[in-house]
Amino acid sequence: MIKGKFIDNLPKVYGIYTGGFIGFIILMAIGEQMGMSAKAIGVAFVAFTIFIYALIGYLSRTAQADAYYVAGRQVPTVFNGMATAADWMSGASFVAMAGGIYFKGYGYMALLVGWTGGYILVATLLAPYLRKFGCYTVPDFVGTRYGGNLARLCAVIVLTVASFTYVTAQINATGTIASVALDIDFKYAVYIGLISILLCSMLGGMRAVTWTQVAQYIVLIIAYLLPIFWISNKMGAGFFPHFMLADEVARIGELEQQFGFVKNSAADLATVPKGLAGITKAHSAVNATPWAFISLALAMMMGTASLPHVMMRYFTTPSVKAARKSVGWSLFFIFLLYSSAPMLATLSKLSLIDPTLSTGIIGKSFAEVQSIDWFQNWNQANLMFISDFNGNGTLELNEFFMGGKAVVLATPEIAGLPYVISGLVAAGGMAAAMSTADGLILAIANAISHDVYYKMIDPKAETAKRLLVARVLLVVIGFAGATIAAMEIQGILGSVIWAFDFAMSGLFFPLVLGVWWKRANREGAIAGMVLGLASAIWYLVWVRTGGSGFLGLTQLTFGIFGAGVSLVAMVVVSLMTQAPDKATQKMVDEVRIPTGRTVTGK
Amino acid sequence: MSNAQKHWEKTRSLLFVTLAIWFVFSIGIFLFAAEMNEVTGPFGYPWTYWFTCQGSLGIFVILCFWFANRQEKIDEEFGFNERGDD
Repeated sequence: MIKGKFIDNLPKVYGIYTGGFIGFIILMAIGEQMGMSAKAIGVAFVAFTIFIYALIGYLSRTAQADAYYVAGRQVPTVFNGMATAADWMSGASFVAMAGGIYFKGYGYMALLVGWTGGYILVATLLAPYLRKFGCYTVPDFVGTRYGGNLARLCAVIVLTVASFTYVTAQINATGTIASVALDIDFKYAVYIGLISILLCSMLGGMRAVTWTQVAQYIVLIIAYLLPIFWISNKMGAGFFPHFMLADEVARIGELEQQFGFVKNSAADLATVPKGLAGITKAHSAVNATPWAFISLALAMMMGTASLPHVMMRYFTTPSVKAARKSVGWSLFFIFLLYSSAPMLATLSKLSLIDPTLSTGIIGKSFAEVQSIDWFQNWNQANLMFISDFNGNGTLELNEFFMGGKAVVLATPEIAGLPYVISGLVAAGGMAAAMSTADGLILAIANAISHDVYYKMIDPKAETAKRLLVARVLLVVIGFAGATIAAMEIQGILGSVIWAFDFAMSGLFFPLVLGVWWKRANREGAIAGMVLGLASAIWYLVWVRTGGSGFLGLTQLTFGIFGAGVSLVAMVVVSLMTQAPDKATQKMVDEVRIPTGRTVTGK
Repeated sequence: MSNAQKHWEKTRSLLFVTLAIWFVFSIGIFLFAAEMNEVTGPFGYPWTYWFTCQGSLGIFVILCFWFANRQEKIDEEFGFNERGDD
């Protein structure tokens, strides 16, 4: 059926794969009709998809450094776009984003703008130049451009701090989904999630991660879009929700007016289980100050351009030109999901609060709501809660509480979709979290194995030994992440946003100025990375321990302060010390031209 | 001025144009979010709401491809185009 090289047959291979996956969904739907239990369907979905990823991971095994670190630099633009999108869209994007929009509305949607707008910075300032540079890792660029092991080490440290913050959240998400779908204790589910993640990356490094990420993107986008279109059609809201939900958005505004946002007393709120929230903010009205919105968007944009696991995806394209195009495709594939999240939030909210809809629960009596099947399920799963604060026996808007994850996980069930969709959504969430975790763990392990071990400790190491070290590190970092994830320190989204702030504080300006400012030198870059990261951590600790902060920067946007310090430190120190030597200046000139050999000579 | 320098000049002006458009749709318009949301925009959504969930995002996608094409033209003009692959 398939002849010739794998790379030439990609559309065919993934076409067959997509067809097979849709076939599997249909098979499960038939199974459900024939009496297959909900739990069996959930297990089948998660197990089947993980098996496929592991198979791809095994088939992509390699013993070559080039294939292990940069997938042999032959990933075509569109497929790299899909892989980047999967790499990028984490468990948080998949499971928590629609929930965030549902609860916080406009103020939260700054993340949508930030997490897409950042790619313009990636495409214009960094990706093509770093591709031309020909490095294996992001610290590799810093180390070679600025020279010296200290600069390299600083970059490794910033990378590790940012990526590790991020990866615990992803392993946590795989654990959450695995524990729900497979019905096992979270403490063990975390390690099942971890093993699935490692199966994808251990044997083939970047090459295996690339091809599993493409497969994961296909699963996650089907799992996200199918329920939205289905729900929208079922509710009669419009067959193409993105263009047709204006009436629904307006209707939510009307209902908000009608119900009003009643503030609950602190004593009442204390009875609500942790992690659940009520609707307290307008759905489509502007509910944040311009600066609150802009600062959050800006922090996310600069963070996007500094996160190494995304940047290293563009090292895998065949050319500089392809790297640029590939950013466009990444953004397109991300856009498909992000532009759908607000639609899901709208449908979900309307179906719950509109008393004229059969699914609406606001305005019904408590006894009636408590007898609904899906309410009982999600109440038991600790994602929904009601309490009659005013004692009138009728459910009011301020008496209904829900977990953010429920918007994605529970809406299909509320809308009365078959259980096969819930199984599909679980598989999608798993794919999203796994693909991001893989990219992150690989970024950390590669930086330590390539930059610390090979470049600093043992430059004469043979390829086999280097790859062995890389794989051992992969496992060690994975287990460290899982162990911390098992402690459940913070919510999924909180730590994701911190990762962006850490990354931009330490890496944004050293990377950008490395290409765009010839005068930037080693001392400046080191000062920029060290002071940037240190000031960011200081600010975060200060705000978390009751500090008032300044310029309206919160624990979500502290990266703007860190990056500011980094910029000033880098410019001042660079100008106070000697200009980079001729060879370095020539290197920068080389980077700016797309043609010719890569700077590292590979 | 050498060929490479001219190429870099043009590359830099493309960067400024691209970043200016980026600035308008990621930051600029949100300075007027409250006023803009009073007006009905595409598909009947309020303007600001539409920008945050589709408009700005879609514009970024188009901008990204537009930038890649312009940069390729600049590279070709100065003889720095890469052969083959896509």
